[in-house]
Order: sequence, then C-alpha cells, then structure tokens
Amino acid sequence: MSIWLNSDSRIVVQGMTGSEGTKHTRRMVASGAQVVAGVTPGKGGSDVDGIPVFDDVASAMAQTGANVSVVFVPPRFTKGAVEESVDAGVPLCVVITEGVPVFDTAQFFQYAQNAGTTRIIGPNCPGIISPGQSNAGIIPADITGPGRIGLVSKSGTLTYQMMYELRDIGFSTCVGIGGDPIIGTTHIDCLAAFEADPETEAIVMIGEIGGDAEERAAAFIADNVTKPVVGYVAGFTAPEGKTMGHAGAIVSGSSGTAAAKAEALEAVGVRVGKTPSATAQLMREILSR
Amino acid sequence: MDLYEYQAKELFGRHDVPVTSGEVCTTVEAAQSAAESIGGPVVVKAQVKTGGRGKAGGVKLAADAAEARARAEDILGLDIKGHIVRRILITPATDIAEEYYVSILLDRANRAYLAMASVEGGVDIEEVAATRPEALIRERVDALEGMTPELAAQIAADARFPDAIRGEVAGVLVGLWRVLTGEDATLVEVNPLVLADDGAVLALDGKVTLDANAQYRHPHHEELVDRDATDPLELKAAELDLNYVKLDGQVGIIGNGAGLVMSTLDVVAYAGEEFGGVRPANFLDIGGGASAQVMSNGLDIVLGDPDVQAVFVNVFGGITSCDAVASGIIQAIGMLTDRGDAPTKPIVCRIDGNNAEEGRRILNEFDHPLIEIVDTMDDAARRVAQRAAARLEGK
Repeated sequence: MSIWLNSDSRIVVQGMTGSEGTKHTRRMVASGAQVVAGVTPGKGGSDVDGIPVFDDVASAMAQTGANVSVVFVPPRFTKGAVEESVDAGVPLCVVITEGVPVFDTAQFFQYAQNAGTTRIIGPNCPGIISPGQSNAGIIPADITGPGRIGLVSKSGTLTYQMMYELRDIGFSTCVGIGGDPIIGTTHIDCLAAFEADPETEAIVMIGEIGGDAEERAAAFIADNVTKPVVGYVAGFTAPEGKTMGHAGAIVSGSSGTAAAKAEALEAVGVRVGKTPSATAQLMREILSR
Repeated sequence: MDLYEYQAKELFGRHDVPVTSGEVCTTVEAAQSAAESIGGPVVVKAQVKTGGRGKAGGVKLAADAAEARARAEDILGLDIKGHIVRRILITPATDIAEEYYVSILLDRANRAYLAMASVEGGVDIEEVAATRPEALIRERVDALEGMTPELAAQIAADARFPDAIRGEVAGVLVGLWRVLTGEDATLVEVNPLVLADDGAVLALDGKVTLDANAQYRHPHHEELVDRDATDPLELKAAELDLNYVKLDGQVGIIGNGAGLVMSTLDVVAYAGEEFGGVRPANFLDIGGGASAQVMSNGLDIVLGDPDVQAVFVNVFGGITSCDAVASGIIQAIGMLTDRGDAPTKPIVCRIDGNNAEEGRRILNEFDHPLIEIVDTMDDAARRVAQRAAARLEGK
C-alpha cells in the first residue's frame, strides 16, 4: 500500500515536450513509473520516446486512462495548466513548477476546491514517490526502496536526505508538499492519509520556518494520529523578515519561527531531531522497539 | 519585498485609493523646498521598513518650511530599530477627525485572502487584536470572487464605520483589492485610514508587500528595489541569479535546495557552539540541477565575503550531479586564482547522492590543500566550525 500513488497510477506529463518535462519524463520512466501521455497545446499527435502527446488533458485521459498529472510548465502557464487538469477531472495533480505567483496558486487552489474532484500537490515541490510502485515528479528513485515509513516534507533536498538516512528501512510513500505560502496538500492531509494506510508504520514530518502549518499539524496529531511521528524543523538560525529560498520560508515578527514549531510538535509527543541525522536516529529507535 | 510608505502610496494612487499628497526627499534642502511648495504646516515622516517610527521620533509636525528643514535634519540619519533613515516624506498636515484601520492580506492557513477593518486605527493593530478582538473585523476573501462591492459594504457595516462614510470605506477596500491583484501584493495595509475634518477619507500611511514570484508581470517593480539599503553581496548574487542572504557569522554556506541549506545553517550554528560561537555567514541555495558554472559563481560570492573564515559546501545530489558540483569548485578556484584572488580559506565539502563517488574522486584527484571532504553533514559542520574558529584565533 501507499498513499495517493501506486502501481496502477497512470501519469500524464503537462509540458512534456519542454526540456525539464522531457528530462524528468525519462527519469520517471526509468524508475518504473507508468507515464502514459504528455500534453503540450499545439503538439498533439507528436510523441516523446514513443509516449503520445496530446493537445489537452481531457483527450489524454480519455485515450490513455491517465489518472495523475504532473505539471512542468513555466510559472506563467501554471494556473491555466492546473485548471485544465481540474476541468478534466484528474484525481491527482502534482505541480512541480517553482516561482508561481501566489495569487495564481490561491486561484487555482480555490478552483480545485470548488470542483471538489482534484487533489493538488505543490506547487514548488519535488512531487510524490511510492518506491517500487510509481514516481510522479522529480524525486530520485534510486535513493531507497519500498518500506514502512511515510514521509512528508516542505523541502525537496531534505526529503532526499531523509530517504538516504533511512534507506535501509525504506518508505511507503514520500510526499514533497512544497515550500510556497499556499500549497494544495498540507502536512495534515498527509498525516491523515498515512494514519489510514495500513503499510505505513511510522511517519517522518519535515517542516521549516514560515506560516503555522507545523503548529496546526501538531494539533492534528494530538487528536488524530496514533502512529509514531518524528519531526524535523529547518531554519532555527533564519533572521526575521528574510525569505530563505522558498517563497514561504519567512519569519514574520515572532510568528513562523522554527523554535515555536518544534515546541508545538514536542508538546504533543512528537520527538523532534536537532539535525536530519539525529531525526533519522529517532526513527530507528522507534522502529526497533 | 516590503515597500516604503511613499512607494505604497504611489501604488495606491495608481489604483484610485485616495491618499495624502507628498514629496519624498533625501536632503534637508529638498525637504525645505518641498514644504515651501506645499505651504502651511507639514508632517516630516521617516521612510523606514519597520513599525513604531512615531515613537522613535521619526514623524514630526512642522509649522512652516524652516521648521520642516530643522525636523528633516533631526530625522535624516536617525537609527530606527537598526534601519537608518535615508529618505523622508513631506506631506501636508491633515486635520484628523478619526483614525481607522483596513487591510487585505494573504491568509496562508486558510489558503485565501483575509480582509481586516477596525474603527480603532492609528495604533498597533496587533494590540487591538489581542486586547479587544471584537473591535477588529476579519472577513475571508475568496481568491476567485475577490473583494466585491457587496462584501466591502458588509465589512464597513460590520466594523461599524459611521453611516456617512461607509460608502467611501467600502470604496477603499475595493481599491485595495485592485492594488493587491493588480500589483501582485501579498499585503496591503492602511493604518491609519483617516476621516479628515473636511470629510475626506484618506490613506495617511500605507504598507505593501509584493510577491517576488510575480516580478515577471511587473517590470516597473524593479525600480522599487532600494539598492542603497541592500547588502552589496546580495546585489551581486541577485545579478548572478543566486538565492543568497547575507547573515552575520563566519562560516560561508553553499548548498542545494532551500530546506537543506536552512538545515545546514542550523547544524553549523550548533557545531559552532563548541568552537567559540562561530555562526553561518550566509544562506546560499544553488538550486536543483545546478551546473558547474552556478557552483563557481556561488563560491566566488561566498569567498568574496570578508567575514567568511571557512566555507561549507553541503550538497545532496537529487537532480544536481555531484561531479558537476566538484567541477564547479575546481573551476571557481581556477578562476579566482587567474584573476589574482587565489582562495586562502578552507573549503569543507560533504557531497552525497547522484554521482557522489565521481564527485569525491574528482576532488581527491585535484588534491588542493584548502579542500577537505568529510563524509557526513554533522561531522562536516563540526569540521568547518573548527577551521573557521582556528582562523579567527590566528588573527
């Protein structure tokens, strides 16, 4: 088992004919994912390595049975691409694109909410991987294999780092939810899904400065999560008022600090590691009990 | 990017939100002549991107141009919470009957926008929110529907604005939504919105935060960047399209991915506790799929920081290939040496992930006395903190 993505997932890549789209399509295919279609308006009828390209998502879904879309289009076209996915009714839309104006994200998120049929992951995220089953996005598939840990993270490279630290144990699903101020899938959504997934035994949750998603996740864990959760929060040394790489990673006044997030998690019994390695060590201790 | 008051008001004016007129000045002479042309009493206002400037002596009333010059003299150069005043705004003094508060901001938690309004403006709104929450109206604004005239009218009524000006206040709210969407702002705030003695409703102050991701839609926003107040290394990094933030420590940091780099800063700060309290000197994310050239540009910036005593290159290659990282380090050292700036600071590297063995092999073969490879992130952080502390002691 896994969450949201499994061996039956059939992927359509929006922006497949662009350089990033082509590169990552090949990586997904090489990792064993079923990439069944691409979409680039005006390039319908062509193909990438034999994978058919369509003009729109609806045609791609109708003709290939695609049920996951991965968006690699540039920021200025992202809102349109996501709304097209929503209109086509694709159940899962993974938005890799970085640099999307937050107003656009707020609008396409609301659009998806109104339709009620599409889960969005991202934007500005590395995607989702269920090792050994499928891979929608840019997470390297060769770091680790299937296992019993669920991972949710705002950061791409910290996702990879944690997969590497715990590579001998393996993961059910790893979700990079993205570092933007508004994201389609939150820590809480992932925690709820991992709690319900029989093959996930324990959860690693990685957060960072900015907003209060980690604090809200802590409250959710207290009431709803029975599986062990270990946490890591990045950005203890971040100064106030400076954006640290991710558009959403900013401490505003006294809110959004790493210390407040770690404290909120520890207050509900989540063990929080001081470094990624220490966090992995906490997970080992839990799983070896 | 946060804007200065005068810049915020310019944007307000562009979207028909009523504001007080004013002139921005950088010298006492200009302040005097601005006050002369306005005529009558004026207010001299420090332009700083922080709150509480009134309490800090950054806002003064002047009866005439001569007094405006004297007040400008007092305020220019003033240090307000670490912000040095380089610009002042001269505005006509407005006779104020009432002070209100209105704002619209991105609401991350609810993934929508939030409008707030209160008839108790002119004071710290967070204090109003904490002590008298019933005096601050909060209303969700749907990103697709926006601030409709109906919603604006309802907010003005709920916040109990006087009947006679509810229409104007609603108009201001709709105007602020035009600013927010038209300029891609994540915050537009007016505190205070005033009712003048003559019955006009005006934005006496303004705060705007712009979304950097939307810069491509607003080429004119480039002019709003205050280059004088930006760290020179940050400017140089921005020109090279690098994601760099200057900090106040001694250990230069280069990594890939915002989360990993933030984590690296923390790990170095912890390690530094054992070594004389050395801390990270910067945040630098070379991003996913970084080429040798990007790595080389990054090292150039970080080694060029006189505060840096040692550099930590911490890369987990996901998309980034570690051989490119290694080649970038070698390229940077070559380039700096050729231009007569041969590096003298130790560079501690931890590289894992995609093609890591090849990356390590390239660096080992290069066999440079300043480069050291350490296996794990935590050990590398300790090592670089130790090297930085040792160089500081040697000085």
